[in-house]
Amino acid sequence: MSDFWQAFSTGPFVQIVVLSLMVSFSATTVAAVMGLPCGAALAICRFPGRRALTLLANAFLGLPPVVVGLALYLMLSRSGPLGALALLFTPGAMVLAQTVLATPIITALVHRAVEEPWQEYGGALRVDGAGRLRSIPILLAIARRPVLTAVLAGFGRTISEVGAVLIVGGNIAGYTRTMTTAIALETSKGDLVLALGLGFILIGISIAVSAGAFALGEEKR
Amino acid sequence: MKLRLIVPLVLTALLAHASLAAEPSAPETITLASTTSVDNSGLLAAILPTFTRESGITVHVLAQGTGQALATAARDDADLVLVHDPEAEERFITDGHGTERAQIAWNDFVVVGPRSDPAHIAGGHDAIEGFRAITAAGAPFVSRGDKSGTDALEKRLWRAAGIDPAATGGGKWYRDIGGGMGAALNAAAAMEAYTVSDRGTWLSFKNKASLAVLIEGDPRLINRYDVILLNPAKHPVPKQAAARRFAQWLVSPEGQAAIGAYQVDGDQLFHPSATSPK
Repeated sequence: MSDFWQAFSTGPFVQIVVLSLMVSFSATTVAAVMGLPCGAALAICRFPGRRALTLLANAFLGLPPVVVGLALYLMLSRSGPLGALALLFTPGAMVLAQTVLATPIITALVHRAVEEPWQEYGGALRVDGAGRLRSIPILLAIARRPVLTAVLAGFGRTISEVGAVLIVGGNIAGYTRTMTTAIALETSKGDLVLALGLGFILIGISIAVSAGAFALGEEKR
Repeated sequence: MKLRLIVPLVLTALLAHASLAAEPSAPETITLASTTSVDNSGLLAAILPTFTRESGITVHVLAQGTGQALATAARDDADLVLVHDPEAEERFITDGHGTERAQIAWNDFVVVGPRSDPAHIAGGHDAIEGFRAITAAGAPFVSRGDKSGTDALEKRLWRAAGIDPAATGGGKWYRDIGGGMGAALNAAAAMEAYTVSDRGTWLSFKNKASLAVLIEGDPRLINRYDVILLNPAKHPVPKQAAARRFAQWLVSPEGQAAIGAYQVDGDQLFHPSATSPK
């Protein structure tokens, strides 16, 4: 058991946690920056292809991480079309993969969250002279709690995901090893106790992030 | 009120990007495509800091099966490879991907299985006899099935025994799990099955449960690790010089001494063999 606690107080372990959080926060932030306006626009704007885009965002809720990882791997590979960026096996590639996974989640859930307040307040907003685009931030603020859940769902996908980051990150010690890839690695080394311990810490981090987000959300009521 | 939400979000994003941008490949970072057996056994983690101190070159290790490691390098995504499947390595070199190859160390493979040993192979020194006995008993056998060096060795042993295990026992006693060495050992421990492991992974593996080494010492079970440099004509990767320096260090007296000094629980896992290749 002393080995067990020792493993969690070492530098590499802290580095793994920090990298996991940074990659997930970055990916969630980028996904939110794209997903919040896109989801709201899908709910309130009328344009050709809107239904198709809505369907696509909902279908991509189940986008398989391993497929996203493989597709990005082939694109980012030095012999692939984006090879010149030298992004493969870097944290940047991991952020990219997780952004691809989280964006449709945030978009689809924000779309649903904004639909109802739009029906309720859309008329009033238009009477006040707000255009559809200017209504977006107002509606997001009205629906802030389901919108917060949408962003947390995106974060949940990124922090818990292993298939895509393993392929494009390579699980390089001290560079691209995250909580989830470390758990997979320790399991393969037969150190099931350490793997499970890492798993509990990962769940603890998820709970802490949700609690923090909720505290911010409640404050605004 | 809104600021209180936005400021921490923006700060987090900025911080994350600043630190991510600062990290990527400084000129002296090379990527080594290697096998799980040298990485998961702790060897590379033990010897790389010495090399980095001497050379200033950081080595990023991708721990993959030999087949995958060679494929990664063939796509230009690694700067050199350290693998253990002589036949696949020769194909890699004949196909023009690799040029210089040097053996850096050897150890051996072992046939492991449950202590209850339903095929009665314990204590043997002939892997092929052992495989025949496992087949006759229809005892569960876990195969990697992932084109790794160990998988290739296992397939060679079946061929030498004149048995097609997938045809005779596929879906029954012969269980192709398509996973790494650790996954295969975890599966064998759970199913009380036989499997083949490299000795390094076996000694450092922590979930042995009822598994034990049952066959060892067969000359066919030798396990050679080779470092291969990429062919600069076909793979003009920018880090040839640093990759060459690392390959040279591995076969140098210092590198060889570092490999030989690595132990797990008092057992030496790898025998340096650059000067007298096995």
